[in-house]
Amino acid sequence: MLMVEDVHFSYSSSIEALKGVSLTVDDGEFVAIMGQNGAGKTTLVKHFNGLLKPTSGRVLVDGVETTKTSVAALARTVGFVFQNPDHQLFSETVEEEIAFALKNFGYAPDVIEKRIEWGVNLLGLAQYRKTSPFMLSGGERKRVALASVLAWDPKMLILDEPTIGQDHQQKENLRQFIMQLQSQGKTIVIVTHDVEFVAECNPRVVLMREGKIAADGEGKEILTNPQVLKESSIVLPQIAQVFSILNAPGLPKDVIDIYEAKTLLLKKLGVTSR
Amino acid sequence: MSRGLGGSVFDGLKFRKVSSPIHNLDPRMKFVYVIAVFVAAILFSAIIPLAILFVMALPFVLLARVQKQWLRSLRGAAFLALFIFVINVGGSYFTHGFTLLAADWENAAAMTMRFVVLVESFSVFFLTTSPDHLGLALEQSHVPYEFSFAFTTAVRFVPVLAEEAQTIMDAQKARGLELEKGNFMKRIRNYVPVLIPLIVSAIRRSLELAEAMESRAWGATKKRTNLYELKLRKGDYALLAIIIVILALTVYAFLYVHVPTVRSFFGYA
Repeated sequence: MLMVEDVHFSYSSSIEALKGVSLTVDDGEFVAIMGQNGAGKTTLVKHFNGLLKPTSGRVLVDGVETTKTSVAALARTVGFVFQNPDHQLFSETVEEEIAFALKNFGYAPDVIEKRIEWGVNLLGLAQYRKTSPFMLSGGERKRVALASVLAWDPKMLILDEPTIGQDHQQKENLRQFIMQLQSQGKTIVIVTHDVEFVAECNPRVVLMREGKIAADGEGKEILTNPQVLKESSIVLPQIAQVFSILNAPGLPKDVIDIYEAKTLLLKKLGVTSR
Repeated sequence: MSRGLGGSVFDGLKFRKVSSPIHNLDPRMKFVYVIAVFVAAILFSAIIPLAILFVMALPFVLLARVQKQWLRSLRGAAFLALFIFVINVGGSYFTHGFTLLAADWENAAAMTMRFVVLVESFSVFFLTTSPDHLGLALEQSHVPYEFSFAFTTAVRFVPVLAEEAQTIMDAQKARGLELEKGNFMKRIRNYVPVLIPLIVSAIRRSLELAEAMESRAWGATKKRTNLYELKLRKGDYALLAIIIVILALTVYAFLYVHVPTVRSFFGYA
């Protein structure tokens, strides 16, 4: 369980990036942190594995305060995949890249071998095991970065802007992948601008604005609230826009799921869903 | 927690655009001033004239209102200054038959002061001169535009690279990299996972920059004109006068004045 208690943080003395953030993420939860650029999203999640320590307030990971331990120790519980895979890839082959963290954590060679095998198969990288990560496409590099973190099986996974630069198919794969991890009981936190992606996943949404939490609740509730979204420069997801414009009696407005939308519309039209 | 490179060391290199009598001076004249101080600091090896040189920079710092950054750059040089002091004292101790005279202490202090004066004058120059101004000065000193452009670009990319290095370090720390772990050789090796992505990304960035420059027809005109031109103004002539006085006094004192030592005031030999 992750607990953030009234955290303030400033990079330099003048500007405060976080102005009193409190948040609890339970085990197995799926949370999307949204908000415009400079709202403090990445700054907040960098506190989750101790990369940043609060100027005041506390962050507790499974009851341990992040100031009392090291990033390396926290990283075993909290896996963090950075936005740009080029900021971490450095090995000669994909399998060495995946082995890097495992070696840092002191896993035995036979365990490392098994984990690499598991990781490349999970993310469809088996044919690239001996390839240099620098030769791969952007989407593939992103998957290598993801595999290199998943390999040590952290309990909690943070993904910073996972959908940037991914095509529709890759996004869909990522979504299913996240759902699969969630069903295995992992805690997942994503930082994103991608409102359609969040609508499809329908996680808990934490909306940040100017270093504070502006809204926190179910995706369905927050992503259909035009007032709250407008203040954070986020547009409604397309489905919610349709229902907002239809504005028909008997039709709700808080719809973001495409299947739910289909059922509702067919029912309204008097056609039996098939 | 230290923000590493991004937060401290390179902060002094980040130029903030402000207007002050010192910032508005012609960078060429400021550079001549730095050279003059440099020459004076090399000619004197006694502590009193070096201390005077040190104090002389203070009005510039105060006029430019860069005290904070200036102090920070001095603090950055403190370790090296201490090192120079210890080496000098140690050197005298071993060469003078394992005794230390008052002169040895004073000499070590003077060498340290000389270093501080050099650091101080350069830091005032860089703190009060924008990279654009510097590039303009190079160009108007007939340095080929290719070189002055390369120079200003390099200066401008330092903070960008520093920030990128910080992100890369964070990303690798999140994968269990511990930079401060192991013996000396291991610690150097620890930086490989940081340096490779940094170099790759710098190369990638430079290729992108080259493409962007070409798409904006860089180098299409052989004879460039500038929107801004450097011209010597009243302040610059005042600085020129100060420079001449410094140089004249330095040469005069060097040739004809016996510079007193601090220890002579206290009756030491």
